[in-house]
Amino acid sequence: MNISWADVFAGFLFMGLALYAVTGGADFGGGVWDLFARGPRAAAQRRLIDAAIAPIWEANHIWLIFVVVLLFTAFPPVFAAAAIGLHLPLVLMLLGITLRGAAFVFRHYGDGPAARRWGNVFALASTITPVLLGMVLGAATRGVHSTGGDLYTGIADWTAPFTLAVGALTLALFAHLAAVFLAAEATEPALAHDFRRRALLSGVMALLLGGVCILTADAPLARFSDRLIHSWWSLPLAGATAAATGLTVWLLQTARWRWARWAAIVQVIGVLLGWAAAQYPVLLAPGYTVSNAASPLITLQWIAPMVVAGSALLFPSLFWLLRTFKANRSETQ
Amino acid sequence: MTEALLARSQMAYSLGFHIIFAAIGMTMPLLMVLAEWRWQRTGDVNYQLLAKRWAKGTALFFAIGAVSGTTLSFELGLLFPGFMAKAGPIIGMPFSLEGFAFFTEAIFLGMFFYGRARLSQRVHLACGIVVAISGTLSAVFVTFVNAWMNSPTGFRLADGNLVDINPLGALQAPFAKHEIPHTILAAFMATALVVAGIHALGVLRQRNVEFHRKGLMLALVIALPATLLQPVIGHFAGEQVAEHQPLKLAAMEGLQHTQAHAPLALGPIEIPGLLSFMAFGDTAATVQGLDAFPVEDHPPRIVRFAHLTMIGIGTVAAGYAGLTLLMLLRKRRVPTARWWLRATVGLAPFGMLAMEAGWIVTEVGRQPWTIYGVLRTRDAITPVTGLMLPFAIFALVYTLLGIVVARMVWSQIKATQEAA
Repeated sequence: MNISWADVFAGFLFMGLALYAVTGGADFGGGVWDLFARGPRAAAQRRLIDAAIAPIWEANHIWLIFVVVLLFTAFPPVFAAAAIGLHLPLVLMLLGITLRGAAFVFRHYGDGPAARRWGNVFALASTITPVLLGMVLGAATRGVHSTGGDLYTGIADWTAPFTLAVGALTLALFAHLAAVFLAAEATEPALAHDFRRRALLSGVMALLLGGVCILTADAPLARFSDRLIHSWWSLPLAGATAAATGLTVWLLQTARWRWARWAAIVQVIGVLLGWAAAQYPVLLAPGYTVSNAASPLITLQWIAPMVVAGSALLFPSLFWLLRTFKANRSETQ
Repeated sequence: MTEALLARSQMAYSLGFHIIFAAIGMTMPLLMVLAEWRWQRTGDVNYQLLAKRWAKGTALFFAIGAVSGTTLSFELGLLFPGFMAKAGPIIGMPFSLEGFAFFTEAIFLGMFFYGRARLSQRVHLACGIVVAISGTLSAVFVTFVNAWMNSPTGFRLADGNLVDINPLGALQAPFAKHEIPHTILAAFMATALVVAGIHALGVLRQRNVEFHRKGLMLALVIALPATLLQPVIGHFAGEQVAEHQPLKLAAMEGLQHTQAHAPLALGPIEIPGLLSFMAFGDTAATVQGLDAFPVEDHPPRIVRFAHLTMIGIGTVAAGYAGLTLLMLLRKRRVPTARWWLRATVGLAPFGMLAMEAGWIVTEVGRQPWTIYGVLRTRDAITPVTGLMLPFAIFALVYTLLGIVVARMVWSQIKATQEAA
């Protein structure tokens, strides 16, 4: 198998998306648990979520910008076609992203009833945005009409049962990740217990929704489903993801928090990897592929080393940031 | 409104909104670091309080700037997919560099805001410096993109397509030479004038005068050089526009007819030959007027009005800055005259206004082109119709966010005035 420069960029996109999912996705998941904060410790749950997200969400959010910039640099027709065919869901997703971020700082730096109202906006936007993100990815998998027309022309593309299921699955996965992370960061055992329950619940939801995605995969997804189920990697990948899932549950039950985080990350990356591998070489179904939508070779050859060099500068700082705020459970406040 | 006008309005509104937050989010870290440094050096708690107050403001503006900037990067495609499909391979370079700079800024901002208790003073200050530098760098890179749209280079045009692409082309756009310093100075000037005005108000009201005088001084450290340098860069910008975009110059100056000894018109006053001299260094030089170009290529008339607003404010602000500098040098401390403090308060919002006006000159002045001379806006625009809904949504949300931020800042200012 020959790896082209365009494949390298497909790899970068996958890396960006995976990192966005496990970092930014967990921040959205935190907002979900803010929405569902219940019981005697609801206020403590919200405080933990706020403290967990505050120092890192802006850095985590930039993975999305990374993905978008690389997409229009390396595969400009894909970006243009997606922007046309998925105009409305993208607008709604951006609305969610804007309101989530704004509401978070308004709540964080404000006080009184206004801050509580913004807290609600933050929680709602955190819940709706991942669904829309999932729907956009689901539609890119199933097929998008990108010839223009009325704003609502392509509505059937992104509200097919499969895309809705992918949206729900994305939400469940982000919520699951967040719950595992929060359980690991809670300093009170009772609080950790709250989030462990939520992690298990959302994990079960994610499993069920994964099943729904497979059941709702209709004719336009024939190639995708076939590759997902009948490739040489299908069984090992499914096995590894299932093992990570079982491991997450066991690690949570035995209070091995730090390892539980990693197991949950492997789970999410496993799901994403399956999706990406089944989708390859298609970037935007039906017509846009890694090879037919790539930028001129010279652009790819210039940008690729830059991405590597930029990442080499970035990762140590990112690692330092996460270590400072996430490393030690007893230190996290 | 036509679909094209809706798309352009949404872009204009989004950019006009974002630029305020971007400018503040880029300049405040500099002020915050200055205050932090003075505090660490002098141990004066006023500086510590300033650093904390300014950090809070920075956090607010940076967050809104980050999400509105994300929205913009999508909107480029949502509204002008024809532009992105063509330009992606060439503007990808500055956008990628900007992405890394911005990423660095976000990481170190998190360290600076939340790491105070976990880092040594020196490391904490160093984090702030990285924020200030990377914030300015992201402005540099993103302005490269705009400079390229105004003076595209690094490709050959074949049947309307960009071929033989040089991925570094966008970094060689001639307009980068003036747009980058002009943009950065504008951000420094606009933000620092607002901060100076807020603290001048505190001094005027005799509330915690020492705290406000220190805040005022640090704001002037940024505002004065930026405000004094800006007209120099602005003049250079005019020469560049005269050379590369003569039609935009004619629109800016409201010059109807091509003529030698072209006068500079400022409202009713006309100074003969001055425009020729400013554009080409010769009072006899011929300057092309609007009549030298087909009417369909003319940019909207607002460009003239925006240009007058920008240079009017720039001139007054430079006069203020010159005078302030003289007063500072003579007395060796921040002026205390009430008229001067009042002038500082009065001038506060006008830097922002000038920055918006300047942005209108560049962007609306480039119309009807998206990529100057290469791609017309009507060919770049999305084939999606029904754009009223997205426009209304974003206009509404941004207006709401603007009001909330203004109210939060105002209550912060009131708290600072009363209980600092």
